[in-house]
Amino acid sequence: MKLNELTAHEALAAFKAKTTTPKALLETVKNAINRTEKKVNAFAHLDEIPYNSKEDAKAPIPIAIKDNICIKDYPTTCASHILKNFKPLYDATVISKLRESGANFLGHSNMDEFAFGSSTETSHFGPTKNPWNLDCVPGGSSGGSAAAVAANETIWALGSDTGGSIRQPASFCGVVGLKPTYGLVSRYGLIAFASSLDQIGPFTKDVEDCALLLNLIAGHDEYDSTSAKIEIPDYTKSLINDAKGLKIAIPKEYFIEGISPDVKASVDEAIALLKKKGATFTEISMPHTEYAVATYYILATAEASSNLARFDGIQYGLRSLPKEQRKTSLIDLYEETRNQGFGQEAKRRIMLGTYSLSAGYYDAYYLRAQKVRTLIKKDFDDAFKQFDAIITPTSPTTAFKIGEKTSNPLSMYLSDIYTISANLAGIPAVSIPCGFSKDNLPIGLQIMTKPFDEQMLFRTAYSYEQNTDWHKKRVNL
Amino acid sequence: MKNYETVIGLEVHLQLNTKTKIFCGCANTFGQNANTLTCPICLGLPGTLPVFNKEVLKNGIRVGLALNCKINSFVKFDRKNYYYPDLPKAYQISQYDFPIAKDGYLPVQIDGQLKNIGITRAHMEEDAGKLIHDSEIKASLVDYNRTGTPLVEIVSEPDIRSPQEAYDYLTSLKLLMQYLDVSDCDMEKGSLRCDANISLRKEGAKEFGTKAEVKNLNSFKAVKSALEFEVGRQKKLLDSGERVVQETRLWDEAKQITLSMRSKEEAHDYRYFPEPDLVPFTVDQKVIDAARKALPEFPLAKSGRFIKEYGLSEYDADVLIQDKNLSQFFEDCIVNYNEPKKICNWISGALKQELNAKKINFPEAKLSVDHFISLIQKVDDGTVSNLAGKDVLKIMLDTHKDPNAIISNKGLAQVSDEGALENIIAEVVSENPQIVEQIKLGKESAIGFLVGQSMRKTQGKANPKIINQMLKRRILDV
Repeated sequence: MKLNELTAHEALAAFKAKTTTPKALLETVKNAINRTEKKVNAFAHLDEIPYNSKEDAKAPIPIAIKDNICIKDYPTTCASHILKNFKPLYDATVISKLRESGANFLGHSNMDEFAFGSSTETSHFGPTKNPWNLDCVPGGSSGGSAAAVAANETIWALGSDTGGSIRQPASFCGVVGLKPTYGLVSRYGLIAFASSLDQIGPFTKDVEDCALLLNLIAGHDEYDSTSAKIEIPDYTKSLINDAKGLKIAIPKEYFIEGISPDVKASVDEAIALLKKKGATFTEISMPHTEYAVATYYILATAEASSNLARFDGIQYGLRSLPKEQRKTSLIDLYEETRNQGFGQEAKRRIMLGTYSLSAGYYDAYYLRAQKVRTLIKKDFDDAFKQFDAIITPTSPTTAFKIGEKTSNPLSMYLSDIYTISANLAGIPAVSIPCGFSKDNLPIGLQIMTKPFDEQMLFRTAYSYEQNTDWHKKRVNL
Repeated sequence: MKNYETVIGLEVHLQLNTKTKIFCGCANTFGQNANTLTCPICLGLPGTLPVFNKEVLKNGIRVGLALNCKINSFVKFDRKNYYYPDLPKAYQISQYDFPIAKDGYLPVQIDGQLKNIGITRAHMEEDAGKLIHDSEIKASLVDYNRTGTPLVEIVSEPDIRSPQEAYDYLTSLKLLMQYLDVSDCDMEKGSLRCDANISLRKEGAKEFGTKAEVKNLNSFKAVKSALEFEVGRQKKLLDSGERVVQETRLWDEAKQITLSMRSKEEAHDYRYFPEPDLVPFTVDQKVIDAARKALPEFPLAKSGRFIKEYGLSEYDADVLIQDKNLSQFFEDCIVNYNEPKKICNWISGALKQELNAKKINFPEAKLSVDHFISLIQKVDDGTVSNLAGKDVLKIMLDTHKDPNAIISNKGLAQVSDEGALENIIAEVVSENPQIVEQIKLGKESAIGFLVGQSMRKTQGKANPKIINQMLKRRILDV
């Protein structure tokens, strides 16, 4: 096996055995980027960041960072023209933590502009391709991170997940992607899309790496008032291959019309495997599931409309003035900058959010959506009173063709139909590889548990993964 | 001509004097070089998050309690969205539906009568930065030092009935806030800012008239003048059958008029919604109770006590309490020298005059109780004249020296020794024969002139009583 195809835990073992070095690993990964990046376009910015020479580093592992997580002095642009050349003055908390553990940043991975999308097609830097089929999307919005891991252009990647932006691309690219519990990982330095839903999380090749990486980034941060003050366990201790006695729920609302037969078959097989290993499965109903997409698009766009207002051409990023001489007022500067700087989908979401917060509409949209969010959360609270975990497909389909859904935003939004609820409820959810479709595209299995029970999440995921080989498949590019 | 009733409500923004800003660790200081008191958080840089400074909460609660408000123990922030270059996030973190305090009142002395002006609410929020329009380079510059300065906005009920009442309300509010020590309340520095809503209605009417909001008021006097102008403007409109337009108007200090600032089409929809970056929390009732117990004595109570305890006149007490520090100094002095009326006169008279002349606040004068009392005692026992005493005070404020040292150094002690004054008296009498004649003819009051002349010759050091006696003895032989 080539070095760049290793998992981090394999690489760390190799460092210990002195069969290779962190520098050699980084070199191999960079060579891989040189070979395949033209095909994949996983990166928005490839940075020549000085080698992290921290001594006795816990994890000197190469890692790709989604383009919405601030790295001091290196372009962090949310794949948007409006943040052209923007270089943060500070490191995001997760970046400081990773520096401490010896990680090597390869650069910023591509994404949908401001994380608005499920296909990484709305990036200002052009679409990222799915390494398993270069005609297909990698999913999104963290498509660059998922594709970079799948293409062996990195060992690890960080993404952000607001409505499925880690799990759906993980599913499409055949890698492991975790959205931690809201508040487990600091959001300080994550350029906000929807503050009450956003979470940073890991992309890795297997569940063990996912636990390793979560260990490094989780924990309370005094710079993030929404980060939880809890003791962080060693998540690798939860890597237990034992499904015996696990009580797992299958919500019937997740197996509906529109789910692809291949996806359904793979998820059924996964369920059968876990059953064989001693887990019990019960079909349940989560009655408010059908409102999740509508609720999400009201709340997420409302918050986004406010979060993105600061990109106004005054302090940083793009500043654009109309060419007409007479238009020189402040309003003209705002309008032209935002008109030039934002892409179609960003504009659409800003408009939607502005509308639902407007006087006269607030109660009917935003306030009502908040109430439905509470009901959706209650569905989960009720389920977790009886069950250890909930299992569903990550996405109703495998990766779709580039361009297939760009003209129909609604069908694009439905790609996140299974992932959105976890964000609304604030619970942890992971997507792990559970098979391939007939046309050889990866399929993801989603596991959800109660808030801050990532340990149960890892145990369930590991118990499945260790009895399959899906996570060992590597792309040949 | 119809009679109208004036209806005024005031919105006061108060900058709190906490050490650091409301959502980051930057120093909360005025007058530093532009953009030196900033960090990624108060600059609103992408990815940053606010963390609430609990000192602001403490002060918010104190303001609410002092204004007799109910305190909302549920603390929640909201975003007020609007675009302006001095607002780096393009939203202001404020409080919308759960202000820290609501439903209170402020007792205000109006024409010798106490009137309670209702307080609708007081809420916490962050200040914006400051735009500087540079005509030389033809550009607008932004100073973000002020961004994130903690504010409390105090909104009054429309209970104010005249521009003078508005002035009195502001004076009382400012004094109360100074007693609380939550803000330096300096309109010049912008630590206290005021917007006024004003409308007229026919006397006896229950419905409010259409209001105008007046901004750019840079002093209490400007508030009063602008409101007086508005009363006239609105009255004229109504008298001629026209309507008052609901709008924001700017006070033009130079021209002493208000001008329309923005029309209705540009009226803002602030799209308030709960700030998702700050988790709402509940304040323990014990914290509120403790804050209530720790409130200082308020101006009105203190004035009443001064009248009762020290026998001061209402006027004297009122003058003293206008400055929290001076009123405290007054009481400190009395502990050591139980002459309330005398001490009050010295503080309200000579001391205040000197502070005004030097344009300093009392704390900056660094005047010690011992020195001040010692000075008053020297005047009382006749060591120095009243006039010379004032000179000594002036030197004390400049040098912080003991008054006794000053008196002896400068030779300011009164000369009461008749032998030493004999020659001067002789001189004055021989230099003013006509006056002496008048006095002899019975115009005894003319003797004052000769006393003055004598005092001048001694550079004020002579004891005027002794001089008077000596002159009378010499001229009238009495």
